[in-house]
Amino acid sequence: MNNTKIHTDVDALKARHVLLKEFRYELRPVVRGYNMRTLYVNVSSNEIREKPVSEEMKQKFTGGKGFGLKLLWDAISDTTRWNDPENEINIAMGPICGNTNYPGSGKSLVVSISPLTDIPIDSNVGGYFGPYLKFSGFDAIEIQGKAERDVIVYIDGNQGLIQIFEAPAEAVDSHILAEQMVELFADNDLEKMHISAVSAGRGAEHALIGCLNFSFYDRRRKVARLKQAGRGGIGTVLRDKKIKAVVVKYSGLSGKSNDPADLDTLQRTGLKLHKEIIALDDQQCRMRQIGTAHLVEIMDEYDLLPTHNFKFGRHADSPKINSHAFYELVTHGLPDGCWFGCTMACAKAADGFELVTGPYQGQRVTVDGPEYETVGGCGSNVGIFNPRAIMEINFYCDTYGLDTISFGTMTAFIMECWEKGVLNAERTGGLDFTWGNWRDTLEMMHQIARGEGFGLIAGLGTRKMKEYFIDHFDADPQLMQDIGCECKGLEYSQYVSKESLAQQGGYSMALKGPQHDEAWLIFMDMVNNQIPTFTDKAEALHYFPMFRTWFGLQGLCKLPWNDVEPANNAQTDEPAKVPEHVQNYVDIYNAITGGNLNKKELILQSERVYNFQKVLCMRLGRGRRSDDIPPFRMMGPVTVEEYESRQDRYDQQLREKVGVDPAGKSSEEKLRILRHYREEQYQHLLNAVYKRKGWTSEGVPTPEHLRKIGMDLPEVLAVVERHLR
Amino acid sequence: MKYLKTYDEKCIGCNQCMTACSMAFFKEDIPAKSAIQVIEKPDGGYHLVVCDQQYRKCVDECPTQAITINKQGVVMINKKLCISCFACVAVCPIDAMRRCDGVLNPFKCVACGVCVKGCPTQAIEIVTEE
Ligand code: SF4
Ligand code: SF4
Ligand code: SF4
Repeated sequence: MNNTKIHTDVDALKARHVLLKEFRYELRPVVRGYNMRTLYVNVSSNEIREKPVSEEMKQKFTGGKGFGLKLLWDAISDTTRWNDPENEINIAMGPICGNTNYPGSGKSLVVSISPLTDIPIDSNVGGYFGPYLKFSGFDAIEIQGKAERDVIVYIDGNQGLIQIFEAPAEAVDSHILAEQMVELFADNDLEKMHISAVSAGRGAEHALIGCLNFSFYDRRRKVARLKQAGRGGIGTVLRDKKIKAVVVKYSGLSGKSNDPADLDTLQRTGLKLHKEIIALDDQQCRMRQIGTAHLVEIMDEYDLLPTHNFKFGRHADSPKINSHAFYELVTHGLPDGCWFGCTMACAKAADGFELVTGPYQGQRVTVDGPEYETVGGCGSNVGIFNPRAIMEINFYCDTYGLDTISFGTMTAFIMECWEKGVLNAERTGGLDFTWGNWRDTLEMMHQIARGEGFGLIAGLGTRKMKEYFIDHFDADPQLMQDIGCECKGLEYSQYVSKESLAQQGGYSMALKGPQHDEAWLIFMDMVNNQIPTFTDKAEALHYFPMFRTWFGLQGLCKLPWNDVEPANNAQTDEPAKVPEHVQNYVDIYNAITGGNLNKKELILQSERVYNFQKVLCMRLGRGRRSDDIPPFRMMGPVTVEEYESRQDRYDQQLREKVGVDPAGKSSEEKLRILRHYREEQYQHLLNAVYKRKGWTSEGVPTPEHLRKIGMDLPEVLAVVERHLR
Repeated sequence: MKYLKTYDEKCIGCNQCMTACSMAFFKEDIPAKSAIQVIEKPDGGYHLVVCDQQYRKCVDECPTQAITINKQGVVMINKKLCISCFACVAVCPIDAMRRCDGVLNPFKCVACGVCVKGCPTQAIEIVTEE
């Protein structure tokens, strides 16, 4: 692929390994999608052991994120912070995970207490690690403790062997480390495909927005590629634990690895979706051609593409970074699934891409991406309309172990602070944050990786930067709150939610912070006007978060659910739900587990875990109503400039919704009235949604509700009762 | 390139080829397990569906590179590498890559010629083309 070769001296790496612990376990096949045991690893004490999964745990928590959260709950205290040794990184899969038939079935769910939010973060990630760990014998791995020196945790799923060893010589940056792991552990060329590593990078050592990379070896490109568990700083936690990598090796994957109860139904359902994708994707989302980057022009068209720190929703230069621009850069015609059997194949990559900055300047590398979120965050939102610059930012974020979404949103905040004079060259150590300055944006990232300069301040993330700017640069606290696009401490993902009340709720009520994976309702709400009343919105903000939570319980990717739709979907009762695909999920769940689930019970499985997660946030002192309030930038125009950019829309809203005649009023005055109105509307929305979810007006799940859904565990009720008192 | 050439107009729908193929590879006579399929056309006559070894879309689509082309130009599946995703089946433009209930892996015509002898009308023959 014309990349600069990465030389790995395996002997030199091995010579410096110091074995700290070795553990052997009995190999047992998966039964109906479950191992019924998890793996516990403590890198402080080097304890390794298996933990049985009880029938009750399976019933209440289903798997995936449910298991991860349950293990985390049991491991921490009410005061555990992200960098305490008892904080964990839990990677869990779920019963459906690892099947090779249904597109999008290879996801791992990672759970940890986040350095950005102080509550559990959950992140859904592709790559081969999760499925291989599952077929190695475990439904989850739970990693606790902090090592003294850099270690690697290695799981050999064919031998039943687990090792912890000191690994001082391996790289920290993921694109090199992942190659080294393949060279180190594969006995031959074919086995490279059987190895997957979880790692972070040097950036994660100095910033709170660290991400994890999950590798998957691409036989055609001959490159260990990377998928990210991006959100919430889990990479930071990994490096704080002094873990360089967690590696799994498993050979023996087959179409029956999950021991499905009904192989034929599983195969048939998967094949049906494959055929749908092959037939319709070219006319629908073009995921096979360019992945999620196809969204750039759609978002721009609907005024939803985040531009200049979410001020605007489109830009005249956006065609320069639309899907066609990236189509020119990525390699085509390869089966780009992040797990076997995903014909949606959205995991695009550019090869032989020459870097122009940083420690790898001049080298030709494979860049995984870009995904839409990266183009929005590290492109339009920071005013960078240069596709090669976006690719380079993408590459360095990944290899340094930094989340492109948080990086983009926080850099947009920095740039607006520069524009408003809060920052200047003196305060940034000479960096210039004029919109679009990609060189200094990259330089800031290299500073993060080196742990120096303004990069260290930026690496704190938006919430802590706001405080820093108020304390040190005398910034206006109200302005900081309005334009720093974070909620609960997590940076927003890349959609403009200003004109969609439902999406404002979808973002800021999301348990972990404003990521759109709980709900994406902008089209239903703003474009198609399908959920006009508070009751409608509340119903959508109940159903969709619950439905989408289920992907996380099962180890599924969300994209094949609605980024391709059956040809007759529009004629169904509820097209937004894609009813046929929901039925597919029920069918494959039953086909694998031998269960008898229906669409209603599917939601119930999610509700249990969702409410458990909510109560876990409360146990850690958060999960309050006040934690669900967005910064105003995500709810409406903060500045006159923004008001005037959409004056017709806002004036009309004043006239029709607020009952105020805008004529003769100054923009400032209209802005104030509109803001008051929107903030009030948002409070109404919270009331309606909490009620629908079975929560009090403070957002506390009621004991009756917990009993109804079967999540009335004593430890859960104890926390709730503490909050009701 | 070696392949099984078909002459739809000669086929009389006796299904002997399907029996021969299914017996050869699965030791039982089940039409769905044959790599050649005799399809009755709505307006009379028959259409023979079988791999012509030409499209090769499956080769590019297979995530594990289990599908390769052998020296004779025949598209072959390596069952040791196949993980049964059936992407190859979905992508085949002529439905020649097949899946059948009760069978773990996909299967297709390997141009072995076993079926040719059974055909009473010479509607199929093995040919080798440059
Ligand atoms: S749709 Fe994309 S992200 Fe999802 S499983 Fe497939 S390749 Fe991976
Ligand atoms: S079913 Fe087997 S041969 Fe076909 S694409 Fe999948 S792995 Fe390759
Ligand atoms: S040539 Fe062989 S594999 Fe092909 S259809 Fe005939 S019997 Fe089956």
